[in-house]
Amino acid sequence: MSNNEKLLEIKNLHTGFDIEGKTYHAVKDVSFDVKSKEVVCVVGESGCGKSVMSLSIMDLLPKHNGKIDKGQILFQGKDLVPLNTKEMNSIRGKDISMIFQEPMTALNPVLTIGFQMDEVLINHTKLKIEDIRKKSISLLKQVGISRGEQIVHEYPHQLSGGMRQRVVIAMAIACQPKLLIADEPTTALDVTVQAQILELIQNIQEEVGMAVLMITHDLGVVAEMADRVVVMYAGQVVEESDVDRIFYNPQHPYTKALLNSIPRLEEEQEELNTIKGIVPSLKNMPLEGCRFVDRCPEAMPECKKITPRLGETEEGHSVRCILYDASRPKSEGEVRL
Amino acid sequence: MSTAKNSDFLLEIKDLKKYYPVRGGFFRKKIGDVKAVDNISLELKKGETFGLVGESGCGKSTAGRTITRLFKPSDGKILFEGRDITNIRGRELRNIRQDIQMVFQDPYASLNPKMMVGSIVSEPLVNYGRGSEGKLKEEVMNLLTKVGLPEDAYYKYPHEFSGGQRQRIGIARALALKPKLIVADEPVSALDVSVQSQVLNLLKSLQKEFDLTLLFIAHDLSVVKHMSDRIGVMYLGNLVEVADADEIYRNPKHPYTKALISAIPQPDPRNKSKRIILSGDVPSPQNPPKGCPFHPRCPEAMPECSEKRPLLKEVNNNHRASCLLYE
Ligand SMILES: Nc1ncnc2c1ncn2[C@@H]1O[C@H](COP(=O)(O)OP(=O)(O)OP(=O)(O)O)[C@@H](O)[C@H]1O
Ligand SMILES: Nc1ncnc2c1ncn2[C@@H]1O[C@H](COP(=O)(O)OP(=O)(O)OP(=O)(O)O)[C@@H](O)[C@H]1O
Ligand code: SF4
Ligand SMILES: [Mg+2]
Ligand SMILES: [Mg+2]
Repeated sequence: MSNNEKLLEIKNLHTGFDIEGKTYHAVKDVSFDVKSKEVVCVVGESGCGKSVMSLSIMDLLPKHNGKIDKGQILFQGKDLVPLNTKEMNSIRGKDISMIFQEPMTALNPVLTIGFQMDEVLINHTKLKIEDIRKKSISLLKQVGISRGEQIVHEYPHQLSGGMRQRVVIAMAIACQPKLLIADEPTTALDVTVQAQILELIQNIQEEVGMAVLMITHDLGVVAEMADRVVVMYAGQVVEESDVDRIFYNPQHPYTKALLNSIPRLEEEQEELNTIKGIVPSLKNMPLEGCRFVDRCPEAMPECKKITPRLGETEEGHSVRCILYDASRPKSEGEVRL
Repeated sequence: MSTAKNSDFLLEIKDLKKYYPVRGGFFRKKIGDVKAVDNISLELKKGETFGLVGESGCGKSTAGRTITRLFKPSDGKILFEGRDITNIRGRELRNIRQDIQMVFQDPYASLNPKMMVGSIVSEPLVNYGRGSEGKLKEEVMNLLTKVGLPEDAYYKYPHEFSGGQRQRIGIARALALKPKLIVADEPVSALDVSVQSQVLNLLKSLQKEFDLTLLFIAHDLSVVKHMSDRIGVMYLGNLVEVADADEIYRNPKHPYTKALISAIPQPDPRNKSKRIILSGDVPSPQNPPKGCPFHPRCPEAMPECSEKRPLLKEVNNNHRASCLLYE
């Protein structure tokens, strides 16, 4: 595999928050990469560090208490972590764009849609001023808003949630970024609107040939969108592989349990499988051993002592669990699930 | 009380409407109505779970709260055990509330943060003078155990619990009076999947154990289908389709139901089903379209759909839909 095929490489990322004088890591040793033109989904339950991870990439962490402690974020081979704000600004919105769950976080309520779109184009492209508005309108067309000529004169509150998310997507793709980071872009939307937006993202991704890093907690969305999947639990990557293997050959007990606990439309189930307990909070995170140990149906005594590493179990499939740690001696009669 | 002729039915709702007034201008005069529930007719059989599903703003919560008589209906009829409770007030209303309880979506907002869990759960018992002095605590402890909380939860406060546990507290409270009907309004929507499944299993087993009738409201059709015997689909204040849970999924009739089902992303990368992508946005319930409320977005709309309002009619055995395709 040639190295330049990797668009984004995250290596041993540690992002911490200072809470009452102590540093707690919301992202602890996260590594994965995104190849160009690939759709990677990061999936995990609330609080597992998905947003903190994506804010780390964009250098959008809250300045007063959050910071990257360790690790690298290589974009086209160049580490973004040491860059200053000005250098990041030239990358943000141009080579890497981000959209959020709540489109209003990206829109200014007192400015017209047209004004805000024009501004992105003025800042990041060399378009002539007289062509800018035309481009804004054509971008709106591209995201399925046909009344672009009128919408540019309207304010965000005049649009529905789905329309606003389209506008935000139009702004995000304005400069043909190489990477789009989408943090739960459809979580606030109804399923029928979600279907519209997911299809839109897929179409643009294919058209423009950008890579997408999509963050979600919905395994349905993952199955629909992803080429590759990164499963996060409690600030760590616990499993990573292509979408087919995640769903048809999951290895980490958390991935298996998660897949088992969702109700499925096509099946009759009397009872759902559950995962006992809840995700530990930042302050209650086990300091050593596996972070899933208290909830894991396959936990063994040593899981509390040995901190598992993320390691390949087969080509293109990594798991963080001592069941798969080759260095661990096998006990007699142990079955690998 | 009448000797109910439809003794299978715990609850019957006929042409229920709930409008919210819209006021404007200097004198705050009424200038219109939000037709949050425009027409719902349905019956709940004793001991069944009926799922009400639909997208944001379609009127599910309004329907739930009107049925439980937290709100006063604008029009229509509500019969509980054959008795008309549409307009009852005062003591009568208070009495009926013992039989009809609600569980809410937001476990954070629906519990009083200043009250001990023990008091939260026993409050309804105390209010209705039920549960004798000495026995009260024992009863509450029993309830807490039933919903899977440790007994020492009694002495703790809501903030000491996780979202899923708080939802259990809300369920224990709703069960305290041994109601006949529980209306659960999005009880798991705020929870993570791993915790959601815990709460769904709990609700299902309690429903069986206490022979409860459950009106289960949610926007997630997979969850609703898992929980329900029958399902009603709402769109813009109207019930557009009602059938057995499995039937509605396998054999949807209404074009909206078809779109809704096809839009749900399936957790199976080898089975990427074809989505029906709806165009446009849901119209405002303040100004609903003439004719079929779904016609501006309906992929199967015919010319008459913008003129004539379809009625909920039987299209198959125990399968009703309101769509002109079937009239
Ligand atoms: N500004 C902050 N200060 C302190 N802790 C924070 C801050 N932002 C996030 N955290 C904590 O970091 C952890 C990870 O949060 P994050 O928002 O990344 O989760 P997430 O996976 O995106 O969850 P969700 O699905 O709810 O969006 C959580 O425990 C959260 O409480
Ligand atoms: N108190 C109120 N006054 C005026 N309008 C209201 C009021 N409550 C709800 N509405 C409106 O009535 C309609 C139905 O609202 P309702 O909350 O019943 O929908 P829902 O199906 O429960 O939605 P969700 O899935 O978002 O909970 C919406 O258009 C809403 O804006
Ligand atoms: S009545 Fe017409 S518009 Fe309404 S759902 Fe049926 S076909 Fe579509
Ligand atoms: Mg997040
Ligand atoms: Mg609601």
